[in-house]
Amino acid sequence: MRGALWVHGELTPEGGLAKISTEVATAARTVAAEAGLDLVGVVIAADPAAAAAELATYLPRVLAVTEPATADHAAGMIVGQRLAALIERDGPAFLFTGAGPEGRDLAGVVSALTGWGVLWNAVAVGWTDGRPTVRMSVFGGKLLTDSTFTGERGIVTIRPNVVSAEAAATPGTVEPTDAAGELSQPVVRIVERLEEAGAAAPIEEAKIIVAGGRGVGGAEGFTLVQELADALGGAVGATRAAVDSGWIGYSQQIGQTGKIVKPQLYLALGVSGAIQHKVGMQTAGTIVAVNRDPDAPIAEFADLIIVGDLFEVGRALLVELRARSG
Amino acid sequence: MRIVVLVKPVPDPASAGERLGPDMRLDRAATPAVVNANDEYALEAALKLVEQHGGEVTLLSMAPSTATDTMRKALAMGATRGVLVTDPALEGSDLVSTVTVLAAALKSLEYDLVLAGADTSDGGGGLVAPGVAARLGLPYLSYAARIAPDPDAGTVRVHRIAPTGFEVLEAPMPSLVVCTQALGEPRYPSLKGIMAARSKEVTTRSIADLGLADDAVGGAAVTTRVTGTEKPPARGATKVVRGAPDEAAREVVAFLAERRII
Repeated sequence: MRGALWVHGELTPEGGLAKISTEVATAARTVAAEAGLDLVGVVIAADPAAAAAELATYLPRVLAVTEPATADHAAGMIVGQRLAALIERDGPAFLFTGAGPEGRDLAGVVSALTGWGVLWNAVAVGWTDGRPTVRMSVFGGKLLTDSTFTGERGIVTIRPNVVSAEAAATPGTVEPTDAAGELSQPVVRIVERLEEAGAAAPIEEAKIIVAGGRGVGGAEGFTLVQELADALGGAVGATRAAVDSGWIGYSQQIGQTGKIVKPQLYLALGVSGAIQHKVGMQTAGTIVAVNRDPDAPIAEFADLIIVGDLFEVGRALLVELRARSG
Repeated sequence: MRIVVLVKPVPDPASAGERLGPDMRLDRAATPAVVNANDEYALEAALKLVEQHGGEVTLLSMAPSTATDTMRKALAMGATRGVLVTDPALEGSDLVSTVTVLAAALKSLEYDLVLAGADTSDGGGGLVAPGVAARLGLPYLSYAARIAPDPDAGTVRVHRIAPTGFEVLEAPMPSLVVCTQALGEPRYPSLKGIMAARSKEVTTRSIADLGLADDAVGGAAVTTRVTGTEKPPARGATKVVRGAPDEAAREVVAFLAERRII
């Protein structure tokens, strides 16, 4: 029997399939074709039907496991346990998942329960000598490494925006499957869900990010940042200084203690480009900066820098973009 | 309350010298070590909790023996004591070994909460904390923006950062909480704190002390290995635009259109 490559299907808060999982599935399809591995998706949720059906447009076979506990309990530990037990039962060789917060929780749990190694934050995945090879960006982007597993089993987590999601030529089938094993780990109850006004799509997945730094000067300044993001169809990002000053929420922070992003366009307003921020955004496709200081560190790695007042330039840019979109 | 904070010494991200040695492992001699920035947020959260509820904070690291220096820096912020698991056999440890060792070390400590940073600036995996929780069977509460223990009830509530807001989680203690920067900026060590840190207790433990065999962890038990490295491609030259805002804006739009971004 051929070994199998499993893809974990992550859910959106609405119960659909997370975008990252469509990318992971696409990457896994390429690896499985080269490696001659069977390809299987797994969705574990209180109501897995919608996400499983969506995942089946990318993969030939998807297991849908109904796990009622995730409806009102923190999902990572529960899904991780169920997945580890299914792995034990069915014996796949590899598991691919997303490298976002949910994927990290899951990969950490599955690794601890199976003893499998993890290659994380892949920026590319290939297949060499019977094993996956994973390219990772380390030391804040100063070095790229290629790694593999020492054994025949392992978990790979893949960063957002590494591959473009592409549906399979022929859709696959969804198989409702019983969960395996017991929930022996303690469950953590969700006592309340608090919606945060303005909470947007995760910035890790955004194709365009408009980011504000210390130069934006205050919470009001972020209105312009938001307007530019809206005009470009992108998301708002921020530096640690802007977040620590309380001008914008932590979930928008990019950099060493925030998120690592790889958008097509990174438009930086009043961002100096200190190393702690640079590590979070330097692999962006195109970097455009607006800064008063032509000698700011960001001038060294931006593709284009406009030397000037960010509010004057930003407002002029808004006019041009709005005129363009008609 | 008794709180254990997981602390990792990492190569200073502000230094330019981070590199792998010929053995494809981190060349620790090449750069000075600092406390991982996200771990400082976890430590700050722990210090605030014991200020509020009483108790003590123990730092736990797995690192080379030189890490006592880095640990003193964290002790200067106000932690009570440090425990350093260090052993030549741990050289070359991967994620699986790290989780095994930290879980074993925690078994020998008493605590109500284990706090960890969201990830590290060198590895950046963010996988150790969920692994340790699963190994020890601890309730796992990740990505905390707020931590509110109720010592009388023996429970802890955490605001977990979720895609559309927060999930308010509740679990019995002891449990493991992953901290984020939203918990508040770490304090600077005071001169008094720095002086006091010199005489604080730092215990070192070998893997034999933890009841682990030499070949169960470290280089002898790796599950992954680095096969090659490459310098990332350099970005092209920077185009500099000066001039009136509306002209500059038109240039940006033309530049983005040329690159098919808009």
